[in-house]
Order: sequence, then C-alpha cells, then structure tokens
Amino acid sequence: MDAKDLHHGHSEHHSGAVITDHVHYQDTEGVIRFEADHGHHDNDRNKKNFIHTYIFSTDHKMIGKQFLITGIIWAIIGGGLSNIFRMQLGFPDVPLHFIGTVFGDQWAPGGKMTPDFYNMLITMHGTILVFFVLTAGLSGTFANLLIPLQIGARDMASPVLNMLSYWFFFLAGAVMFTSFFVPSGAAGVSWVFYPPLSAIREAAVGSETGADLWLVSMALFIVSSLLGGLNYITTILNLRTKGMSMAKLPLTIWALLITAILGLLSFPVLLGAAILLIFDRSMGTSFYLDKIYMSGIGAMPHEGGNPILYQHLFWFLGHPEVYIVILPAFGIVSEVLAVNSRKPIFGYRAMILSMLAIAALAFFVWAHHMFVTGLNPFVGSVFVFLTLLIAIPSAIKVFNWITTIWKANIRYTPAMMFSVGFVSLFISGGLTGIFLGNSSIDIQLHDTYFIVAHFHIVMGVAAFFGMFAGVYHWFPKMYGRFMNRTIGFIHFWVTFVGSYCIFWPMHYQGMAGVPRRYYSHGAFESFNKFGALSEFITIAAIVVFLAQLLFVFNFLYSMYRGKKVTELNPWKSNTIEWTTPIHPGHGNWDGPLPEVHRGPYDYGKDGEDFIPQTVPMRPGETTHHG
Amino acid sequence: MTTYLVIAALLLIGMLVVQISKANEYINTLRGEDAELDTDKINGVLWLIFTVLFLVGIFWSTWYFSPLFLPESASEHGHWIDTMFNITLALTGIVFVLTQAALGWFAWKYHGKKGKLGFYYPENNKLEMIWTVVPAIALTILVVVGLYYWFRITGPASADARVVEITGKQFNWLVRYPGPDGKLGTSNWKLIDETNAVGIDFKNKDGLDDVMPTEIHFEVNKPYLLKIGSRDVIHDVGLTHFRIKMDAMPGLPTHFKFTPTITTDEMKKITNNPAFDYELCCDYLCGKGHSAMKMMVYVDTKEQYQVWLKKQPSFFDSAIKGTEAEKKAFATVTEKVSTEKGSDHSNH
Repeated sequence: MDAKDLHHGHSEHHSGAVITDHVHYQDTEGVIRFEADHGHHDNDRNKKNFIHTYIFSTDHKMIGKQFLITGIIWAIIGGGLSNIFRMQLGFPDVPLHFIGTVFGDQWAPGGKMTPDFYNMLITMHGTILVFFVLTAGLSGTFANLLIPLQIGARDMASPVLNMLSYWFFFLAGAVMFTSFFVPSGAAGVSWVFYPPLSAIREAAVGSETGADLWLVSMALFIVSSLLGGLNYITTILNLRTKGMSMAKLPLTIWALLITAILGLLSFPVLLGAAILLIFDRSMGTSFYLDKIYMSGIGAMPHEGGNPILYQHLFWFLGHPEVYIVILPAFGIVSEVLAVNSRKPIFGYRAMILSMLAIAALAFFVWAHHMFVTGLNPFVGSVFVFLTLLIAIPSAIKVFNWITTIWKANIRYTPAMMFSVGFVSLFISGGLTGIFLGNSSIDIQLHDTYFIVAHFHIVMGVAAFFGMFAGVYHWFPKMYGRFMNRTIGFIHFWVTFVGSYCIFWPMHYQGMAGVPRRYYSHGAFESFNKFGALSEFITIAAIVVFLAQLLFVFNFLYSMYRGKKVTELNPWKSNTIEWTTPIHPGHGNWDGPLPEVHRGPYDYGKDGEDFIPQTVPMRPGETTHHG
Repeated sequence: MTTYLVIAALLLIGMLVVQISKANEYINTLRGEDAELDTDKINGVLWLIFTVLFLVGIFWSTWYFSPLFLPESASEHGHWIDTMFNITLALTGIVFVLTQAALGWFAWKYHGKKGKLGFYYPENNKLEMIWTVVPAIALTILVVVGLYYWFRITGPASADARVVEITGKQFNWLVRYPGPDGKLGTSNWKLIDETNAVGIDFKNKDGLDDVMPTEIHFEVNKPYLLKIGSRDVIHDVGLTHFRIKMDAMPGLPTHFKFTPTITTDEMKKITNNPAFDYELCCDYLCGKGHSAMKMMVYVDTKEQYQVWLKKQPSFFDSAIKGTEAEKKAFATVTEKVSTEKGSDHSNH
C-alpha cells in the first residue's frame, strides 16, 4: 500500500502540509507493519509489550476502551454518591455508618451526614457525571473507537496526542479522587462553582483544599478534552478513506465532529474562568469579588469584581457542554435506530443541518441559566428568543427519529431498546426545557427540582442511554464477543421505567417551588409535604443504581465469556467498521483500506435488506446521500 | 445484621437474573432466527404496554399532585406566570402525548417480522418543512406571550412602591424598612459589625429611623419594591407563593417589584390550613446552613399592618443609641469610607 491510498479521499480538498504530516505518520506507524504482518505481528507485540498495548497504548481502539472503563468506574462512584444523598432526602433518619468508615468520622457523626458532606456529595456527583462520565466517558470512548473505524483510517491523526488525552483525563480523575480524602473533604460548593462561595476559603468547608484540587483537576481535564478534540477534528477532516466524502459520513461521525468543535471553542473559556478563580482564591485578586463582609473575618479587602462575570464565563462553556454531552448520543442513536430499523435514517441532511444549527445556537443561549441574577431584562429577552429557537432543530430531530421507525422492520437488540428509550426521554426532557427557557416561567421554576428533573432526563439519563446503546452495539467490535441480550433487556426496562420514576415526580416538587441543593426541607412548611414522594424517588434511585451493577457485571462477564462473534458483520450494518477483522489489530484493516461508494444508510433499498458502503453504485442507481 | 441480609438477598436476586439470562441466551442461540423474532415481538408488546401505562400514569399523577404544585399565587404577577405556565403546559402536553404515543405505537407495530424489509424512505422535504414551521409558529407564540409578561414583571416599579431591603448573609436574612421618612439610609459594608448587621451609615439622617424587624410584613394590595443584596456569598430571595426569585449578591444590588394580593389570614382559609404561613427561603446554595435560611413573611390588612408598624422601634433607638456602637458610628471615619462611591445600596 502506498501513501496515495491513504489520501485519496481528501487530496482534492486539502493542503500539502496536511498530506506531508500524514505521510510522516505513515512512516512511523503504518506502512511496514501493516503491509508485512497482517496482524500476526500485533499478537507478538502484545506479548512482548504489555505496557505499550494496554497502558500507554497509542491504538485508538485501546484508548477508547480505556476511556470507557475509566468512565464506568467514575459512573459507579458518581451514581453511588447520588444514592447516598438520596438517602438523606428520602430517609434522613436511617443511620449510614459506612460514611464515617469511608470518608472520615467528621462527615457523619453517629451515622447522620452533615450538611457539609451533603454539599460535597451533590458537588462531586454533578462534576463527575457531567465531565468524567458524560463528556470523557461518552465522547472519549466513541470518538476514539468509531472515528478511525467508520471513516476508514488506520488510527487518529496523532496517536500520541490521543494517548496523552487519556492520561490527562486519568490525572484529572486521580486528583479529583484524592480530594475526597483530604481533611476538609472534596469541593462542596456545587458543580457550577459560583464565587464568592467558591472563592473564599472560609465561606464553606467545601471551599477549602477540596476546591483547590477541583480547580486543578478541571484544568487537567480541559487539557485532555482539548487534546482529544483537536485530534478528532483533524482526523475526520483529513484521514477519510477514498470515497468517504463528508456527505457519506455516518451520523455518529458528524455528531462527534460537531461535539469536538463545540468543546474546542468553549472549554478554553472555562479554563480562563478557573484560572481567574484560582487567582481570587490564592493571590488576593478581585475578579469576582466585591464588598464582602464574612462573619468571623470582617470586611474583606476585595473591591471592584463582579460575581456575575464568572457566571457568564462558566455558562459560555456550561451551555455548549450540555450539547457536548448529548450530541454524541444523537449520533449513536441515529446510527443504531437506522441499523436496527433496517431503514435509512429519515432526513440524513436534515439531521446534519439540525445538529449544526444546535451547535451554532449553543453558543448564544448561555444566559438562560441567569434569568434571576438581575440580568438586564432586555438581554434576558434576547436569550429567551434564542433559547426557544434551539427547540426547532431539536424538534426536527425527534420527528425524524420517529419517522425512522415508522414502517420499519425493527430488530430489538438492547442497543435498539436504549435508542428508542432515548427518543422518549429526549421528548420528555426537551419539552420541559420550553418552560424553563421562557424567562417569566423560569422565575418560579429556577433552582427548584423542576430544573433537576429537566436536565437529568434530557441530558443525564438520555446521554447515558446513548452511551448504553453504543456499548451494546459496538461491544462485538471492541471485544469480539456479544453482551448477554437477556440481561441487556432487563437492564433496559429497569433503567428506563426506574429513571422516569426518579425524575418525573421531581417536576411536581419543582412546581411547588421546592429548592434544589437542600440538605433537608424540614424547616419549610411550604416544601415539607413531599415526604412520601421523596422516599419513592430514593427507592427508585437505588433500584436503578443496582440495575447498573447488573450492566457492569454483564460488561465484564461478556468480555471474557460472552458469545463469540463469528461473522464480520453481525448487525448487517452498512458502515465500514464491520469490514475489519473480528479482532482488528493496530491499523484496523489487514489489507488496503476499504473504498466507499455510497452513503451509510442504504437499508431496504431496491429490495435489498442492506447495501454496505463498500458496494459500488449500480448503473442508474439514484442516491439520497450526495 | 439487616444490612448483610439485604446484601445477601440482592446478591441472590442478581445471581438468579444472571443464571436465567444465561439459560435464555443458550436456548435462543439454539432456536436461531425464531427466537430473535420472538424477542422482537415481546419487546414490541412491552413498548405498547409501557406507552399506555406511561401516558395514563402521567395523567393520573399530574391530577393527583395538582393540589400541591403551583400553590395559589399570592401576587399580581404570579397569575401572569401561572397563565404562561398553563399555556405552555397545554401546548407541550399535546406534543408530548402525540409524539410519545407515535413512538410507542410504531415501536410495537413495526417490530421485526419474518421475511419483511424496512420501508426505504430516506427523506421528504415537505415533511421536514412542516415540522420546522409548525414548531416555529408554536414557539413564536410562546416567546411573544412570555416576553410580554417578562417585560411587565421586570419593568420599572411604580413611583409609590414601598421599598423593603432584604440582605442575605450566612445563614439568615436581614430585612430593613425605611422609617416614617420613607427613605432608606445609606449603608456601607465597611461599617458592618456584630450590631450593625447591614452597615447603616448613621451620619446619614435617613438611616436613623430605619427599622430592622425579624420578620417581613407586607400590606395587601400595595406595590412593593424589594431591594436585594448580600453581605457575603450569593443567596437568592425565594418567595414561592409570590412567584419571586431573585439572586442576592455582594456588590451587585438587584431588585424585584411585586404586589401581594392575598393576606395570610385569607390564605389560611384558601389552603384550608390554619397553620399556613408565607416563608422566605434561600434559593441559591450558600453553604452548610443553606436549607435553614428562613424568615417568616406576613401579608396584613391595612389595619393589621399599621398595628404591627407602630410596634417597631427604629433600629438606631433599639440597638445603637447609648451604646459603644453609637460612639463608633459617629467617630471620624477614614477618608476612604466616607468617600466610598457605589456603596449606597438604596440609590440603586
């Protein structure tokens, strides 16, 4: 195979510099090994070099698995934390002695958790799940696994940066994990980290060393995310195989590309916000602080700062961040729905355009998180308009998904179940966003359980569903085995019904004005009438958490004992990741890279169940995918 | 002991599920395609059952909890917010039922059947246009009506609105009424100490008659302007029954205008709850005492309000006069403090 093969698909679009870079990559990683050894070499290499294969691997598939398994570990921790604080909300009188054993006795004297510990739990739950699980675990896993496989590349544009991306993520996680065990505990000022609470050490126990470590961890995480994102974009734009034009990319790749662009443009802003916050915390600056009198300290010297500045910077990342979380799920669900409906995704172009519209608008809606900060009402009104505008492309996606399963011939795999479940959740959570996006209604619902219900359904559970769909669907590609389907279906139904049981009732609490982030609602008669409902939610949360352990068991068990994959293309899918060997080596394809001739969604076309992308167009055949 | 029993029981259930699932997989592998079609059918039927139960359940639970949510609105603008909420609920409710029903119906109806192909239907621009334009129209209505109310809620307070200052601190509220002169005195965070909790500058005569009660009283049907601030971290003035929520921030004064329309006594009758009271809560996480930051709020008739007001001594008379604090308050302060600009909360 010569260098020509590799840059066929894009040579007409791109500059010489890129190609040079590419050839260089091929010299160091590609030609000799891929051509001469056809994978045997890889096996030898594994035995010789455990560390290079499993730990400091530069193989995108291994890095994807590293992200996935790290993400699963964080999901268990983050989800477990939610069960502990749900106990406080549902069953405050049940003593939890294990808290003292694990985290230290000061957090739960007599088994009763303190408000500081509660704040620490909700903060870490949010941080871990939003960033470590639904950003790194979701994007990291599927961008790494799928981009080279679905565009027909040997690996990422820069495998070394890719490896670094994982190891920065790992470091970020290590710092965050350590923070649980410093004497003042982990950060406890909520995941949005608003100053002055997060800027003044004396303001809360959770604002002491834990907050320093949180900021360091986030900085490392942002580095990881930027390294990954740059790599994903470069790879998708430059390393597509021959014939794989942008208009023939699977929607997963489009979604991951747009996600990476969003991350690249917004994460640096959070880094800036975090650095200014570190200055305010440690160097006496006043970026976010003004006219503060702390009980026990007195009037503080800070003057001239503005606490709202942080909120603008934070949400400039924070809002695109929710799309960073949900877009990969959009892509995965679109792909899985089409494959298992045995139908093309309805409106391939509309799906891409709506994702682009969502991504563009994502940068102009951030202040809807700030309607009750005293924001200028006119500015507020602009953000109402833009926020509700984003509902249109979201609606288009929902209608297209529903039309995709209309007149389908649905094959129910666990991945398909989670994808259909995703659509249901996205409808439910998306519609409540229309309440919150309208500033006048937001006055009542802001910072109540209504918003908790909204974002957990639309980006928490829904993104998890996208992730589950992806894991079940591509597990055969990752490990050459299938996950147990029956456990998968049980996992789905318990999670799906259970999640609605957890989050749907929270709407009612929110409409009554019950504030979120409350250690106890006992002090207020207005909020204290949902005791039975809180118990119900807590039980549902524990059941759903246990069902996830079933998933983890299935995942680990199937890795070693699952039914073996015996055919190259078990899902009868069109995309080219299924043309690799069952156990692809580093470099993915033993022979030359596959050539692509058609779009990824030719299912049920001209009386054929499926026509893979590698099949040339027949004479006179028309196409809908450009 | 119970803990161990529960763990053992859960493990047992887990093992049972796993073993049954494994057996089921073996059987399905042996049966081949038929088993797959059965799975498709079972899951399809489950989707239909789920969708029916889900929609029925949601109608039932919404009806069941309706007495609790959106409690009777006790302010003028609260009714606007509730109207807006109900319009949105109606519109989104229709979309919700239609889309969830379609999803569940299709998920059942089109489960895999032997020898069938999916219908090749890649795109239809007319349909895309319809479901771009229809949501656009619906959302335009919501934006227009929503913003109409939004500007009314956030518009300038009427000239006769009574001013009440609410200041948050870790972990309680401080409230200040202007005295008989109707003007709040200036304040400065550098003058704050144990006694003078909001840092009233007593050199300014307006502040001498300011009142700092331990509970909030409003007179019914009078317009009020809440001036909101914080001493330390971000708090949020939350008054659920009045549909009020506004952040309290240090160095960045905010405000909210409203007119209370239902007295506490009337509300006791409306809610059929003799123990009913309005409560002021903190709606933004402010530290360990966040969930206990409460102040009682009363809406009085004109007569009740006058009676209450007469009983309130000025803060200066009750807490400062004749104490060390008085000397301190009138001592020559440093240049910096006296020329401080922008520290005057009441001018915003």
